[in-house]
Amino acid sequence: MLDVRGLKKVYEGSGRRTEAVRDLTFTVEARELVCLVGPSGCGKTTLLKCVGGLLRPTAGEVRLAGRAVSGPPPGMAFVFQEYGRSLFPWMRVGDNVELPLKQKGLSKQHRRALVADALDAVGLTDAAGAYPWQLSGGMQQRVAIARALAYEPDVLLMDEPFAAVDAQTRADLEDLVRRLWRERAMTILFVTHDIDEAVYLGQRVIVLSASPTVVQDQLKVDLPDARDQVHTRVSPRFADLRTQVYEQIQAAKRGETVLKTDTPPLH
Amino acid sequence: MKGVNAALGAAGLAAFLALGEAVPRLGLVDDAYFPPTSRIADALGAELAQAAFWTALGDTLTGWALGLAIAVSAGILAGVVISIVPYLREATASTIEFLRPIPSVALIPLAVLLYGTELRSVLLLVVYAAFWQVLIQVLYGVQDVDPVADETARSYGLGTWARVRHVLWPSALPYVMTGVRLAAAVALILAVTAELVIGAPGLGARIAIAQTSQAVPEMYALIVVTGLLGLLINVGARTIERRALSWHQSVRGEVAV
Repeated sequence: MLDVRGLKKVYEGSGRRTEAVRDLTFTVEARELVCLVGPSGCGKTTLLKCVGGLLRPTAGEVRLAGRAVSGPPPGMAFVFQEYGRSLFPWMRVGDNVELPLKQKGLSKQHRRALVADALDAVGLTDAAGAYPWQLSGGMQQRVAIARALAYEPDVLLMDEPFAAVDAQTRADLEDLVRRLWRERAMTILFVTHDIDEAVYLGQRVIVLSASPTVVQDQLKVDLPDARDQVHTRVSPRFADLRTQVYEQIQAAKRGETVLKTDTPPLH
Repeated sequence: MKGVNAALGAAGLAAFLALGEAVPRLGLVDDAYFPPTSRIADALGAELAQAAFWTALGDTLTGWALGLAIAVSAGILAGVVISIVPYLREATASTIEFLRPIPSVALIPLAVLLYGTELRSVLLLVVYAAFWQVLIQVLYGVQDVDPVADETARSYGLGTWARVRHVLWPSALPYVMTGVRLAAAVALILAVTAELVIGAPGLGARIAIAQTSQAVPEMYALIVVTGLLGLLINVGARTIERRALSWHQSVRGEVAV
């Protein structure tokens, strides 16, 4: 579904050359939920923006369903960490969700149905008439998720979407993403710096190295599909997986590779 | 609190008017040049009864409104184009910085040469003064577009025009509104100046006539009218600003979440 091959991104400007991403290759299958986790400042956001067609990679390519990505592709939606800045304060919640659909040239009736359905799916049926800034942070990020859902993407890119909300809201939003992913046949690429979140959400966790970024390790998360905050997080396998990811990230920070001992085969 | 402030404001104004009445009557100043408040009020009453006064008021407002409308449209259009066409901003920056500080009144001789005492003379000065106010604010405003908002719009496939309309314009609107408010005030100053100096028909010309015919209270009455006009324009501009920006932080205030 999503192919990232030899991706490299070098920022040049004011006499400084920064290699943010060195060489990244990975694949995300259709309907898969993959979490990217890495030490802070490791170029996760750069990577995701290249995947979303918002940044042009210096080398390498991103392919979505076999076609090279050169700009934001129609089948992709992006959820940003900064929900307060990503939602337009001059538009009501319903209009925020509807705006991308207008660009798709859908009929008014169809748009309304999609907006209502998406707001319903994130539990904000009654918020269509409110302004984003009248809602709490968690609710605003739900609106941003609804906007992505209404767009009916094949691939949903999420850039540390819950980094700025409180722990309880975060748990609710994680469960929301799991539920929407299972209900809506989407492929999700989820970037986070939170190891627990990556293991709890993903079917697979890709651990990135420190900048300049390469893939440090990949782990298949062999937890049951039905997960919940109470039981999944205390299961021995969860602890096991998070320890492995943690070790890889510590190794990534030191710039070494750790020999894998207990990684189940991929796919 | 609001009521107390209003009461204090009214009391201050009343004291000022009373002072204006008392000082000439006590002979502290020459009442031929500083007539007491009551005499100015009488002259104002007489002015309001004259058709010529209303024609002059209409002329001033026409010059003001037309000039402002032209300046605002041109300023917004130029500002947006300069901002979105690559390199145009850098290429025009020095020219703008050179033209902008030229006082509009320095163009009075040119206006007279070109258009004499016609309305177009007034428009030239009003537009020149008001245009820069709007343009500069639009240029600032367009730079204030949040990169996250713009990236969001791009990620959802919004093209250039859609981004101008749905992201750039609303982001710049608070600045545009400030520009329009400043331009409205400057436009009135230049409209009255043009009439006063060039003699184009309007309140300014009427003030000049009152002066040359030694009708001092009438002259003050007309000055009061221009002051009131400025006040109304500012209040009106602020009201429009508040309505257009009801969503903006500066207007919406703190929202309980």
